[in-house]
Amino acid sequence: MRTVSDITALFTGPQVHRDVYTSPEIYRLEMEHLFANAWVFVGHESQTSKKGDYFTTQIGDQPVIQVRHSDGEIYVLFNRCPHKGTKIAIDRDGNTGKFFRCPYHAWSFKTNGCLLAIPLKKGYEETGFSESESAKGMTPVGAVKNYRGFVFARLAPDGIEFDEFFGDSLSSIDNMVDRSPEGRLEIAGPPLRYMHKCNWKMLVENQTDTCHPMVAHESSAGTAVKIWKEMGNPEPRPPAMEIIAPFMSPYEFFEKMGIRTWPNGHGHTGVHHSIHSDYSAVPGYFEALCEAHGEERAREILDENRHNTVYFPNIMIKGPIQQLRNFIPLGPDKTLVESYIYRLVGAPDQLLSRTAMYNRMINAPTSMVGHDDLEMYERAQEGLMSNGMEWVNIQRLRTGEEDFSEETVENGTTERQMRNQFDAWVKFMTVSMEEA
Amino acid sequence: MAVSKEQVIDFLYEEARMLDEGRYDEWLALWLEDGHYWMPLDYKQTDPHLVTSLLYEDMFMLRLRVERLNGARTFSQKPKSRCHHVIQRPFIDEMTDNRVVTSTSMHYVETRLDEQFLLALTAVHELAVVDGVLRIANKRVDILNCDAAFGNIQLLP
Repeated sequence: MRTVSDITALFTGPQVHRDVYTSPEIYRLEMEHLFANAWVFVGHESQTSKKGDYFTTQIGDQPVIQVRHSDGEIYVLFNRCPHKGTKIAIDRDGNTGKFFRCPYHAWSFKTNGCLLAIPLKKGYEETGFSESESAKGMTPVGAVKNYRGFVFARLAPDGIEFDEFFGDSLSSIDNMVDRSPEGRLEIAGPPLRYMHKCNWKMLVENQTDTCHPMVAHESSAGTAVKIWKEMGNPEPRPPAMEIIAPFMSPYEFFEKMGIRTWPNGHGHTGVHHSIHSDYSAVPGYFEALCEAHGEERAREILDENRHNTVYFPNIMIKGPIQQLRNFIPLGPDKTLVESYIYRLVGAPDQLLSRTAMYNRMINAPTSMVGHDDLEMYERAQEGLMSNGMEWVNIQRLRTGEEDFSEETVENGTTERQMRNQFDAWVKFMTVSMEEA
Repeated sequence: MAVSKEQVIDFLYEEARMLDEGRYDEWLALWLEDGHYWMPLDYKQTDPHLVTSLLYEDMFMLRLRVERLNGARTFSQKPKSRCHHVIQRPFIDEMTDNRVVTSTSMHYVETRLDEQFLLALTAVHELAVVDGVLRIANKRVDILNCDAAFGNIQLLP
């Protein structure tokens, strides 16, 4: 049994104990505490655009349904019949009409979870059923927030409010949505689904790890540059050059791009520029954005080139690419990565085409860039079993005690954002834990 | 000069053999310069551009893929993967003097270290006859469980 002080001891500032990646007990506590107390991404509202539309996913290890109720609001319900526990929805998505009906005994529920009907209901008369937990219907999660189309939930009924949890980090979602001339995103097709035999936090940390691209991805990005040169540097550059080659940028590029951290574990790379800064212009897009917002505002929106924004605990978004990656924990050493893309409503198709290309070139199970990342994570998961050393070093550019309640912008190669995540990890792991 | 059905079938078997034996330079030479290797992400996907695919590779990407496999710092290929195609007799769905479309069912096995996985797939080849020689104009590979979560698929199914 681990106590608050046991959890706190796993993160010292410059180091984190390997148990956070390898221990089944810590993983179980993450599911029980961290993923219950934090605001976790569920889905995009356009995945359930019509009444009765639903989509199934999970928050931590909890199966949930995101559904559009008859009042037009989005509800998030635990995907479990209050009778025997059968999952109500088994499809990845669909439309259930006005009610859910359990396929086992035909108990039915309104799309806000309320119990609607039970066959042969008289069998429950004088049994005290109406006082039971089951009579309430499908259980909703603790709290739901739809922020500009992105649906987040907190499993725990009480806890930190949405606005306090995310604070100014919401500016990254704002920038992604503001890139649409209509201020609206729409999901574009199913996500890539990529299985990793490693702990979910390795993937989250890698999103702001700016010292690995030129090393781990030399085989793809470096080779792309080499082939292009051998071809005589043809222009326009092949699409692969635009998307993959920036991974070979030198350390100095990443140092200067900057990293910003916000309280509660959120942060992003690419404060001043990023690997997405030099994409070629898409005809008609800037004009459409100017028409919607005026030229000054349009330039302001497009001048933000944030690279990866981590929303603690387990998603990353890319504003300039309109991509979201969900790092879904399946076990201490198993993570499913779902990579979604979105259409900027009102923008030319060519932009979405580049987004889809980015997704498959970088984040697919068939991606040359993904292959080397996964290789690193899985080698780390195996290497951490070594008893030669128990601690993982995350000390880069840490020159003293750090106050993670402050927003900061630092050198782009700092590991401060990883430390920021562990600071939030301790906070949301222990907030609902017994003291001793 | 038209090609025979037998030549078409031999061509498809030979292509699979090149992939299994890692004869990638010969394999690349089969392609027309503007060809695309498409592997959809969704079952019965119709559009390679505005939704995500697993692969939609032009010749630059295919060359990069092949060259990367032999790189000194290609860490996910240390040790190297191996693959194996078992192919059923192709259906020839369209055949004119300069264009042939075929559909071929295959079982594809890829292995590295202690891991091995099997994919069932259908490959649709659009072949062109150029100066009497068959070339790959486009290739589409539909994996039966394309919507499942995969680990690394590193070679070419």
